[in-house]
Amino acid sequence: MIYILLVRTQTSQSNMASLSSPLRICRGILREIRAIKGPEYKQSLAYNYVLDQFRKNQITGERYCRAQEEALHASHSYLCLLTSTRQHMALYDIYHGKGQRDTEEMAGIVGLRLPTQPGGKGWEK
Amino acid sequence: MLRNLVRLHSRVGHALSPPIVCPRSQALKLPLPLLSVNSKYYSIITERKKFYEDVSISHGEAGGMFEINLDQRKLKTPGGKLFTAPNKALAIAVANEWDTQKDTVKFYSMHMTTLCNTALDNPTFRSKDQMITAALKYLETDTICYRVEEPPSLVELQNNEWDPVLNWIEDRYNVVVGSSTNILGPEIPQATMDTFRQHLGSYNFWSLTGLEYVITQLKSVVLAFALIDKHITVEQAVLLSRLEEEFQIGHWGNVEWAHDVDLYELRARTAAGALFVHFSSESSTVKRKLMQD
Repeated sequence: MIYILLVRTQTSQSNMASLSSPLRICRGILREIRAIKGPEYKQSLAYNYVLDQFRKNQITGERYCRAQEEALHASHSYLCLLTSTRQHMALYDIYHGKGQRDTEEMAGIVGLRLPTQPGGKGWEK
Repeated sequence: MLRNLVRLHSRVGHALSPPIVCPRSQALKLPLPLLSVNSKYYSIITERKKFYEDVSISHGEAGGMFEINLDQRKLKTPGGKLFTAPNKALAIAVANEWDTQKDTVKFYSMHMTTLCNTALDNPTFRSKDQMITAALKYLETDTICYRVEEPPSLVELQNNEWDPVLNWIEDRYNVVVGSSTNILGPEIPQATMDTFRQHLGSYNFWSLTGLEYVITQLKSVVLAFALIDKHITVEQAVLLSRLEEEFQIGHWGNVEWAHDVDLYELRARTAAGALFVHFSSESSTVKRKLMQD
């Protein structure tokens, strides 16, 4: 199991070439935006901006363009931000404590019911 | 529950107080279950009913700053200032966070907004020097530099994964960092501290806020530098930071409601920090060149 971990990391030797391709990152980001917004995702601010940025950074005269690499890293970080926020919220909704429930609900969880006394307890006005 | 409360406190209850919209709007009554603690100086409100439909950005009056509009009302920071972002990319990232919210606005999931609020308000009144000193203090107890002596597979893992990053930072900045297995940690020479201090001094206040945030999340200066200098990705940085935890997970098994929650939250915060630094320190120009034929 540890060796799977070692294969997964590849940190030091990793350079920019080991980052996913721009196309995959772009698709990933757009997929996240669609998951957030729903059917009208194409009108959202983020969608247009992201597409715009990817298009602008595509063309470069240099063979190794630092600005392009930086933009790629930034887009990768943004994709990571969107996916991990979504995953975190999903787990949070499942597992996070709901706060204090009221007594009747609490009793119901363990299968008991609160006692009722139709005539009142005697000391109410 | 307690851990979440501790995290709220560590932000000085600041970024998690609700944004104040324009005074013209009526005061909103908060439903009781969503209000955690109400104190005289600040209230720790974690969620709030969604009170807007559309999110948009607009150019501010004062030189090139961008503002966020929630349904025609301008967003403000918890300190009462008008929320301004220095460039469009950051503004869109923040606007997207507000756009993501459905039914309830969950402040604890809006990391970019939190960072911007902290940079704008500076609630603890820190100067650049204080932030640099605080950031460098993490170097003395850097995760990467603390090694174990046993079990041997963990030692090997640490050497294989952490040594390359150490070598990279020593080459890149021409410093000596080193690792150690003793309880006091590594001896960081003064020259190293000076080099790093000078390097950190070249960042502006916003970038430093983000950088300190990343260092605090990853518990390592070396990893934070590697991430900010775009040598490793966010996922790699988080993995390296949690190396021993991953080792134990591989051995004993994964607990979804603890390990995965921590992992995703750490990734989200680190990614937000890295993006924040990138947006705060970049300046983009477009050079048009004629095609030579």
